[in-house]
Amino acid sequence: MSPISAVTRRELRSFFVTPVAYVFLVIFLVLAGILTFYAGDFYDRGQADLQPFFAMHPWLYLLLVPAVSMRMWAEEIKGGTLELLLSLPLTLAQAMLGKFLAAWLFIGMALLLTFPIWITVNYLGSPDNGVILAGYLGSWLMAGAFLAIGACLSAVTQSQVVAFILTMVVCFLLILAGQPQVMDFLQGSLPRRLLNGLAHLSMLRHFEAIARGVLDLRDLLYFVLSIAAWLAAGVLVLDLKRTP
Amino acid sequence: MIETEQLTCRYGALTAVDALSFRAEPGQVLGLLGPNGAGKSTAMRMIAGFLAPTAGTARVCGHDVRKEPLKAKRALGYLPEGAPSYGELTVREFLTFVVRMRGLRADRGFQRFEAVVSRLQLEEVLDIGIDTLSKGLRRRVGLAQAILHDPPVLMLDEPTDGLDPNQKHTVRQLIDAMARERTILISTHLLEEVHALCNRVVIISNGRLLADATPAELEGRSRYHGAVSFSAPGSGVSQEMLGRLPQVASIEVDPLDGRITVFPRSGERILEPVETLLRQQGLEVSEIQLERGRLDEVFRQITTGTEGGA
Repeated sequence: MSPISAVTRRELRSFFVTPVAYVFLVIFLVLAGILTFYAGDFYDRGQADLQPFFAMHPWLYLLLVPAVSMRMWAEEIKGGTLELLLSLPLTLAQAMLGKFLAAWLFIGMALLLTFPIWITVNYLGSPDNGVILAGYLGSWLMAGAFLAIGACLSAVTQSQVVAFILTMVVCFLLILAGQPQVMDFLQGSLPRRLLNGLAHLSMLRHFEAIARGVLDLRDLLYFVLSIAAWLAAGVLVLDLKRTP
Repeated sequence: MIETEQLTCRYGALTAVDALSFRAEPGQVLGLLGPNGAGKSTAMRMIAGFLAPTAGTARVCGHDVRKEPLKAKRALGYLPEGAPSYGELTVREFLTFVVRMRGLRADRGFQRFEAVVSRLQLEEVLDIGIDTLSKGLRRRVGLAQAILHDPPVLMLDEPTDGLDPNQKHTVRQLIDAMARERTILISTHLLEEVHALCNRVVIISNGRLLADATPAELEGRSRYHGAVSFSAPGSGVSQEMLGRLPQVASIEVDPLDGRITVFPRSGERILEPVETLLRQQGLEVSEIQLERGRLDEVFRQITTGTEGGA
């Protein structure tokens, strides 16, 4: 069995023997429900789709993903198990990938558990299920990007609190970039080219594009590359830590 | 086989390990000895591939830890200081994880798992969370993890630290039993351990190698080496008389228990002449001992650069 899947399985096991997994699942499902129905006006919109549900996801992830990712490396560094892990025959990239996959699969599971809302909307009307599927895909990809950021920043510090806050701030900035308010604010002070570049970095813009059901390769690539880049940065951070 | 070549680790201005070179062969139990903070753990971390050396390198079974880290790691079983493990898992889950990480096939993995569990007597705690185990048991779990893949090279960082005398004995027996066909490197600051386990000793202090010898050779450096000590309660042993023997250099009397130690001139054997003298004088001696030398004194002498206690 490859070391990646061994790490993934151990991580998943650790999620579920500690309360982390259950706390996350309950809060995620409750908040997703409440926000969709109250803040999102699910009924009053009179449309059979899941737009209000997916619109809340970036903000849910902003709060919950750092809580999952913060322990990823910080805990290993602090508990001394990193020394054990790195004395086993696997590369840093394999360890990083294994841990990331565990967390990503876990969030994927949380997403699957929101299926009642999909049943509800199908019971109430006849939505475009292709768009809903795209929404789930986009949401999962965005969670992956947040997780990769968290994985990298968790390797930076041995304090889980610091890892949590850093991740939240970076994710928040990436959501905000490209929002009209921010763009207006920066209009005068930044050159136009840079401003455009910044707008393209916006997590929200790419997510919304996918969630509308438009599967553009560029949007998919944005998330895949984000994940790869942040994970690679995390591996680099860990490797630097090996050299005192 | 473990080989280090000018192995060096610097933390900024501090040199934790300074151009350390030594070699441990199969069948050897090499003790890495030194005061706390001497660089023992840092050296081991570099050999295990956890830290990258600032300069120099180490080889495990011929595999350079810088160029072929995975091959080196496969040949090595390592117990880090304090035996860290994933506390939220049970012993069974943890060892299963290591079996998978080591890439052992199902049948062989199962066979090794069973062998290691019975060897370390972990059967009864297999389904208990590691966090709730006693220190001794956790150490045994750490050892189990290190020997699971039956490695030719074993490296144990303070394997008996913090264990009670019975647990220490068990761990030493285990190391002894495995020593025959393997290379074993243990670090310790316990001198009794060197006597009990090692057939070679490397002493380091401030990251530098200060001695590389067998325990017997080290004892030979002690000023107690070849000295004769005896207790003669209630008899006025004449120190003068002993002092007149041509082979005797000096005599010391322990102020607490009155035990007399006679030191030889270098290269002289004095057990026989002292015994003869005592017999001639008709003195009652409850017990007489030829000293092998005192490791603690040699250790102090080497690591602090001063002459050991008088």
